[in-house]
Amino acid sequence: MPPLLEVDDVYAGYGPIEVLKGISLTVDTGEIVALIGANGAGKTSTLLSISGCLPARRGSMRLAGQEIHALPAHEIVHRGICHSPEGRKIFPRLTVLENLQMGAFSRRDKPGIERDLAHAFELFPILAERKHQAGGTLSGGEQQMLAVARAMMGRPKLLLLDEPSLGLAPMIVLKIFEVVRKLNDEGISILLVEQAARMALKLAHRGYVMEMGQITIAGTAAELLTDKRVQDAYLGE
Amino acid sequence: MFPVLLAAAEAPDAWQTFLQYTLIGLSNGALFALVALGYTMVYGIIELINFAHGEVFMLGSFLALALIGVMGLEEAALWQRWLGIGLLFVVVPIFCGALNVGIDLAVYKPLRDAPKLAPLVSAIGVSFVLMNVGLLWGGAADRHFPDLVSRENLLGSEAALSFTYKDLMIVAVTVPIMIALSVFVKGTRLGKAMRATAQDPLAAKLMGINADRVISVTFAIGGALAGAAAVIYGLYINTVSYQMGFTNGLYAFTAAVLGGIGNIPGAVLGGLVIGLARAFGSGYVGERWTSALVFVILIAILVFRPAGLLGTHAREKV
Repeated sequence: MPPLLEVDDVYAGYGPIEVLKGISLTVDTGEIVALIGANGAGKTSTLLSISGCLPARRGSMRLAGQEIHALPAHEIVHRGICHSPEGRKIFPRLTVLENLQMGAFSRRDKPGIERDLAHAFELFPILAERKHQAGGTLSGGEQQMLAVARAMMGRPKLLLLDEPSLGLAPMIVLKIFEVVRKLNDEGISILLVEQAARMALKLAHRGYVMEMGQITIAGTAAELLTDKRVQDAYLGE
Repeated sequence: MFPVLLAAAEAPDAWQTFLQYTLIGLSNGALFALVALGYTMVYGIIELINFAHGEVFMLGSFLALALIGVMGLEEAALWQRWLGIGLLFVVVPIFCGALNVGIDLAVYKPLRDAPKLAPLVSAIGVSFVLMNVGLLWGGAADRHFPDLVSRENLLGSEAALSFTYKDLMIVAVTVPIMIALSVFVKGTRLGKAMRATAQDPLAAKLMGINADRVISVTFAIGGALAGAAAVIYGLYINTVSYQMGFTNGLYAFTAAVLGGIGNIPGAVLGGLVIGLARAFGSGYVGERWTSALVFVILIAILVFRPAGLLGTHAREKV
């Protein structure tokens, strides 16, 4: 059986600037894979490229064996990849409920959507309280919860999470990571981009280290946590 | 231009005069608002000021004029007339909506990722092209548009205040359209997708929203509203010309900016403010000062509220 997601030697960039220089990685069904690295290494671009927002110039991407790298972004969502982007990108003047409904835009199964909505409110009770508030009025932590819940509403096979811990209090980060683990237990595979490398690797099954647009180290999470190079560069106490 | 009815000017009571100007202002303003909505909705989605919008409105009124001739509505019986007018309100908006979508697909879409100045200048170009199409179609002189709707005063021929069948037509067409638009944008899946795309295009894509489709729908709705406005304009003012798109487009665009460009209720409010300003201006100050007055109001509002009356945040300058 092919891996759920297979990224094979992908090059991408903005204008003359090449940001991804031959990225290859895989995510198997049921896995959490962490992608760690410094600012500007190309982690966010990798996720954008997978979800079709940054077209790959070379290389290929397959979801469950099917080519997806030439598809438009909205079609990739329909195939089962949902993306909680960097900076959360909540719709500021839509209510919390409308934001979540937008997350389910690619679906038509009303009862399923209702069930997932109830599930999202169960995972993040604060969102239920703020249901009719505009997204832009939420605190940073609440917005991040909304971003994760919104991506989950698409009922993805693969969830792309970009820096869910960025700028948040440790308590809230723990809460969000706990939900990520729950979602994974429910069968959603996850590709997690994080600067908080230690936390990400403790959560993940496997990990990749990115530097200057390339994958430099790959291994199981346990291997990376004990790897000298990773420890020195990303896990420094 | 909207010549203001001065029928009530002789009314002895100052309050009645004021009320009359208000009525005229509101009905003209509703018309501006319909056109302004097309500017504001397109700007909200792709941050383009569609300068060709006024010309779509103009061509719509030319089509309405041609259809009236073909159907022979001037000589028709009353019920046939109403049926024909009803048909105009269906056919012309469809034509204008399709024309607007066509302009987007042919001209703006290839420039979607280009610097913003490129589609903007192209829009001005399209506007000139369409204006010349209008010139070829209708000629350079003002054209008479048949007076199909009665000027009879609904309040009785003796009443000091005048509210005619024409005024009623404006209310009867614009109010339901605006209610339908607001229900569509607030309540439907596609309407929400439209608002989402306007607020954050990248996030909207990540939700699985097909941005191209949302943009086409926006152009279609904006064009259709201009088409409805074109029919009303012809029936109300009874004169159309190839230049009417430019002048009225300018007022409608001003209305959109006044209300806060990109903001739908803002466009309606801006339209009403401009309609009232023009009515009071020509009533109390003098017809020739109305344009100056409208733009003085615009400048004043932009100085004190740069984002417009209902605009939430200052947009990028173009």
